[in-house]
Amino acid sequence: MDIETYTLMLSALLFAIGTAGVLLRRNAIIMFMCIELMLNAVNLTLVVFSRSLGIEAQVFVFFVMAVAAAEAAVGLAIIIAIFRHYELVNVDRFNLLKW
Amino acid sequence: MIVDFFFVLFAVMAIGGATAMVFARNPVASLLYLVMAFFAMSGIFVLLDAHFIAAVNLIVYAGAILVLFLFVIMLLNLGRTEKTDLRGPAYGILGIAVAAAVFGLLLVMLRDGHTTSMAGGMGQATIDAMIQSQGAVGVIADPMFRNYLVPFEITSLLLLVAIVGAIVLARQKAP
Repeated sequence: MDIETYTLMLSALLFAIGTAGVLLRRNAIIMFMCIELMLNAVNLTLVVFSRSLGIEAQVFVFFVMAVAAAEAAVGLAIIIAIFRHYELVNVDRFNLLKW
Repeated sequence: MIVDFFFVLFAVMAIGGATAMVFARNPVASLLYLVMAFFAMSGIFVLLDAHFIAAVNLIVYAGAILVLFLFVIMLLNLGRTEKTDLRGPAYGILGIAVAAAVFGLLLVMLRDGHTTSMAGGMGQATIDAMIQSQGAVGVIADPMFRNYLVPFEITSLLLLVAIVGAIVLARQKAP
């Protein structure tokens, strides 16, 4: 097997670890970091396929990073707003959309 | 040979960092493990000849986005090591089973789809020639500003909306 196949397997494993993190943790910020890991695992897949299917895949990596930056900014702002109200970031305690 | 060595090194760093991130009890330690995983992934980007993506991954992802996470952890004063917030055994086994199922599904897709999609590709020589003639940045800049100019501009709009949204959400309410 070549390095592409191994990288695809690595990226699948990292995506699965990110999934496990989102499911296992209760801390909202760490769940968020696991989502970033999943996004970057997908970037790894896109870069592997850019070698065979065209360099445009790397442009999509760029867009994924921009969307991840926007998502991190808005998501962390939401976490700050929730923390101001509840004084914690444990997702099990959040059950209201409005207070 | 040397590529294989560095690939194994970076893969072990990435997997170890990601696993340690999921199980670390201190949020700051968790974040630094993720930074280590991202550094290793940048190394793998270099091994795949995506030099520009590797640099952007380091500067934007590890350098900016994760430092934003670090700021929020410290702003909210969550950097203390406390009792673990991992879920209980029943939920934990279920979560790991779901993650293993995702991994298995991806491997099945890899086994069935990989060989056909790789056939008829550009190949290593074409990419090397493109990087030689246009440079590592030019190779990406050409399709981005020729074929994907409108999505690029829409991305800038998205970032503007995200900035405004983040400020509105995180603003201190007047008492």
